Amino acid sequence: MKANYGYKDGSGEFYITIDTELCDGCTRCVEACPEKVLEVVENELDPLAEELVARVTDEHRKKIKYSCAPCKPTTGPINLPCVQSCEPGAISHSW
Amino acid sequence: MANSESKEYWRWTESRWTNPDLDWKNGEIISAGVDVGSVSTQSVVMVDGEIYCYANMRTGSDSPDSANKSMKWALDGTELPLDNIEYAVGTGYGRVNVPFAKRAITEIACHARGANFMYGPTIRTVLDMGGQDCKAIRCDHRGKVTAFLMNDKCAAGTGRGMEVFADLLQVHINEVGQMSLVDEEPEPVSSTCVVFAKSEAVALLRKGWSKDNVLAAYCGAMAHRVVTLLERLGVEDDFAITGGIAKNIGVVSRIEKELKVTAPEPSIDPQLAGAIGGALFGKALVEKASKK
Amino acid sequence: MTVIGIDLGAKNTKVVILRSSEILATSSVLSGFDQQSSAEEAVNEALNKAKITREDIKHITATGAGMDAITFANDTVTEISASARGISKVFPSVRTVIDIGAEEGRAIRLNENGKIIDFGINEKCAAGAGAFTEAMARALEVELEKMGEMSLKSTKAVPMNAQCTIFAESEVVSLIHQNTPREDIIRAVHDAIADRITSMTRRVGIEKDVALVGGVANNIGFVDSMKRNLGFDLLIPKDPIVPEFISAYGAALVAQDTMNGG
Repeated sequence: MKANYGYKDGSGEFYITIDTELCDGCTRCVEACPEKVLEVVENELDPLAEELVARVTDEHRKKIKYSCAPCKPTTGPINLPCVQSCEPGAISHSW
Repeated sequence: MANSESKEYWRWTESRWTNPDLDWKNGEIISAGVDVGSVSTQSVVMVDGEIYCYANMRTGSDSPDSANKSMKWALDGTELPLDNIEYAVGTGYGRVNVPFAKRAITEIACHARGANFMYGPTIRTVLDMGGQDCKAIRCDHRGKVTAFLMNDKCAAGTGRGMEVFADLLQVHINEVGQMSLVDEEPEPVSSTCVVFAKSEAVALLRKGWSKDNVLAAYCGAMAHRVVTLLERLGVEDDFAITGGIAKNIGVVSRIEKELKVTAPEPSIDPQLAGAIGGALFGKALVEKASKK
Repeated sequence: MTVIGIDLGAKNTKVVILRSSEILATSSVLSGFDQQSSAEEAVNEALNKAKITREDIKHITATGAGMDAITFANDTVTEISASARGISKVFPSVRTVIDIGAEEGRAIRLNENGKIIDFGINEKCAAGAGAFTEAMARALEVELEKMGEMSLKSTKAVPMNAQCTIFAESEVVSLIHQNTPREDIIRAVHDAIADRITSMTRRVGIEKDVALVGGVANNIGFVDSMKRNLGFDLLIPKDPIVPEFISAYGAALVAQDTMNGG
């Protein structure tokens, strides 16, 4: 499943996509994120299964443009710690 | 309704229903779903996976109270005691605050499941436009979520945004859609942000635009915004729209036109999708437990 | 040589008249429906104050959201450039400018010569601009000008969850219903917008000195929240070039540069 967390407002589209087919629930992204945007929990989208997957915390879903801002300088290379820490490549950002 | 409420242009009609062809006493599994949204609350009671009764009403000051009231209203006249409901699921914004629910399930999973029930197994894309959020969901033939996105940060594209406009133009929310169907489609309002769109609308009115045209421009903008959200996921037929905005023909017809798809006419009130999904999960969880 | 800078903002239209780098007069009028006539009105008011006539003006440079509507301007300059030019004249030590207008927020990085090296804009969402505080003042039924003073009297930090102006309005109303003191709600409003603006500024990198300009800089409550967030003091321009006049002043300086062949 492709779970898109975030929002679109007048200023743009800000989504973190987590591919739950690829995510193995390892929690490395949780440790890598300096702003504590991610967590690993039971997959709430599939209530009849009991697998662990990463997701964006409730606290950050409505402000990830701001939460992720420190990792996204306007100039210079962007190396997102969450994306780099994810071996199966389950995490991507829309902006 | 009291006269004092006649000026609340956002107010819509509450409703309840009992299925005359079902008798709960003959059922094996009685399950329920309660969808406590920011604006409306629905309770659906199912007997062996068929809708037995439901209630749809405005959310009150707190979630537990709204859940209790809507369930009480749903059960009104059925003689079905609340305790006979084997598994109740809470969903929606206030899902963790449903006093009699055994479990809270995210509305995304419930909407996919509910749409599968309402529209059949060919449904692949569900757009739910709620009071304070907008969700786009892709699902498989069993109603299992395969992709989703949600927007509950921004009022644009939600019922709340439409309420702001209904209030500004002093038009009843139920009439907005019909009024917006003008002969010549105007340019959509350019601002996404509801605050800025409102200023734009005020300027258009000052320019001499009719309310109908301003509503057309806003419904057009809302439809376009929702379409761009859907495009992130990709739209696959069959496509359905649920939630309060599904009743707004002004928005629905413009979405269909832009996407070149036709959303099936629901036989059941589309606002019930989340609660129906919850009740179906309730039944599935009873069955899962009995297999163990 | 006398020149004019006009900043036609989303809310107010500001005019600064300069004669050989000296400020002759300033004026501010509400930006009306007809932008051209708002600009005319503001210019005439400033000319009257300076006791000069239109014929004395050698050059007019416009900036701001409605700059292209001013047909009598000789040229235009972007808001970023105008803001940067204005602030580096007032505070040459500034390396980071935070400029919050009614409908837009900007963060600009400058080098030691006042040249723009980077910038970020927060636009098309009211939650990151002055419109947010204005809407909250309306929801609270408090005059916008009193918001700053009142928030400094707050004794408790209350959280605000809504990130959208429309949803924040409802949240403010429910906080009032819960008998939360207005002072605490106002502080929450200022903290919320300060958080968003600080994050936006972090994208361009924060280097001292940091200046705060635009109409929102007049709100001492917001300034206080920004200070708490950043952990240091901000430079805020004072009379005669108060924060909302920086861009008009910058535009006037650009007009002067143009006339001097710069």
